[in-house]
Amino acid sequence: MATGQKVLTTKVTKGILLSLFFFVSFVSFVVDVGAQQPKRIVSLVPNVTEILYAIGAGPQVVAVSSYDEEPPAVRALPKVGALLDPDTERILTLRPDLVITYGSQVDLQSQLTRASIPFFSYRHGDLAHIMATMRELGARTGHVADAERAASALEARIAAVRARVKGRPRPRTLLVFERQSGTLQNIYASAGRGFLHDMLDAAGGDDVLAEIEKESAQASIENILTRAPDVILELRSADRLSAAAMQREVSSWSSLASVPAVRNHRVIVLVGKGLTVPGPRVAEGIEQMAKALHP
Amino acid sequence: MSIRRRIAMIVSLFSVLTVAVIVWAPTVGSTSISLSRAFNTSLPWADNVDAQIFFVARLPRVLAASLVGATLAAAGVVLQAMLRNPLATPFTLGVSAGAALGAMLAVIFQLEVGILGISSVPIMSFVGSLAAIGIVYALASSQKRGLSTNVLLLAGVTLNSFFSALILFVQYLADFTQSLRAVRWLMGDLDVGSYRPIIGAAPFIVAAFAVFAILPRTLNLLSMGEDVAAARGVEVVRSQRLAFLSASLATGAAVSLGGPVGFIGIIVPHLVRLLVGSDHRVVLPAATLFGAAFLVLCDLLARTIMAPLELPVGIITALIGGPFFLWLLVKKS
Repeated sequence: MATGQKVLTTKVTKGILLSLFFFVSFVSFVVDVGAQQPKRIVSLVPNVTEILYAIGAGPQVVAVSSYDEEPPAVRALPKVGALLDPDTERILTLRPDLVITYGSQVDLQSQLTRASIPFFSYRHGDLAHIMATMRELGARTGHVADAERAASALEARIAAVRARVKGRPRPRTLLVFERQSGTLQNIYASAGRGFLHDMLDAAGGDDVLAEIEKESAQASIENILTRAPDVILELRSADRLSAAAMQREVSSWSSLASVPAVRNHRVIVLVGKGLTVPGPRVAEGIEQMAKALHP
Repeated sequence: MSIRRRIAMIVSLFSVLTVAVIVWAPTVGSTSISLSRAFNTSLPWADNVDAQIFFVARLPRVLAASLVGATLAAAGVVLQAMLRNPLATPFTLGVSAGAALGAMLAVIFQLEVGILGISSVPIMSFVGSLAAIGIVYALASSQKRGLSTNVLLLAGVTLNSFFSALILFVQYLADFTQSLRAVRWLMGDLDVGSYRPIIGAAPFIVAAFAVFAILPRTLNLLSMGEDVAAARGVEVVRSQRLAFLSASLATGAAVSLGGPVGFIGIIVPHLVRLLVGSDHRVVLPAATLFGAAFLVLCDLLARTIMAPLELPVGIITALIGGPFFLWLLVKKS
């Protein structure tokens, strides 16, 4: 009996010592990471790269993904693959102290863990998630104040748009972000979730596909005829569109004559590379949408 | 019962089924419409939502589905008989891979040139299928004596994987949304949105069916073996050429219209053979009609089952077709 108790006491003591050890090493690890600002950031997510530059962490970025184009400063940086094909070897040779990964890049993340390289896992979310990511990255990269300033400035711009359109009738809108050019085939529109839906909401429009609990949906012609949107807002990710091309895109819709948007000439094509990017340019997108919906 | 009467009876039965499906399908959908309103010509077109749903959304879709379904099923019958291979499909000889490569290039390089209101994607996919037919045909007829069905099969299968590799390569270079669009094209989509693409594809399909009409007797003899057919006076090489070119051309046109909708070309011929026997004078027309009805029904499911979401029709045909085909394989062995 006595021996048994002694063994138990030893076990308990050992347990306490062990957890104390883990606790101390955990705390020292966290303090360590917190104390060390990353100086060599590799970003594999273009919109997060934009966020990093917006919060003043641009000078710390040493490499970006092969799709990165904005801000112009990134064009000179080395490209290290992207979502599906991250060039792990090159990433490792750059000796980064923070890698921005997309949530689904689990292989890369486990390789980084093995190499003891910290990473930040990002996933697209709603509109508020953009500002949250800004603040989170501000804390992570040592730019808390800058990030707070940038995020609040964005929030203020969005709030200003909301205030401007408040009380105005909200047109029922189909927000199209993809379509086979010149036809009504393969139409993809924003649905009831995600930042595009929130952008439309902030700009004073109601999404006609709002009840579909997805970020996007393929809109069939029957569906569009039934929902009868007041406005069809089409986002074109391009620098510019010639007047003839614009005319052609708008007239693609003309066969849906009963749709109020078509009848009242409220098919509007917005052109801009940043329109569908959940980053610091999102306020511009919302302002453009609001201008189109509430001229 | 004489053979003529048997053919007439079976074909008219299948016709009734198919016509019934084609007439019924546009009246059903994710929304309910009033037919009397849809056909009321006194209402202005722009105000008549029911008419637009019927004539702009559903009717072109049903017509496209019936055309694509009929073509793929008939091409399947012709190629299975000609190659004497029950596993042959309209896609075995590389046509669909060529079409897919063409479509992919149009999507990814954002070609904007359209002809007569038909967009670049179907045009490029048709061009791609013609290229594939040309290559396979040239390879198979490069042998000294006529057209070798073995070379045809091997060349087709090899071309399929070669083109698939090219497709993956092109996709790899493309950006993300374009890749997604390209992948979506591969699942088949019959929401064509206007009658123009149908009118564009129809002449090729009609021409091919004109050739199919003279083939059944030859196919019966060919499926017994080339020597038997030759002994019975069939011009084997010429018939094989006709069969291959017409079936491939029709397949190319169908794929450019609705995408490479899978399984129709293999299930429908086998199903129809189970029902009516193997005489091609019956099988070919019956499979054509049944293929049309089958794809119209699959598309009906695709557009209603998860409404307002829409399932790619290729998923439905494969979900129904896959298990069926396995069952068939087990049963036959």
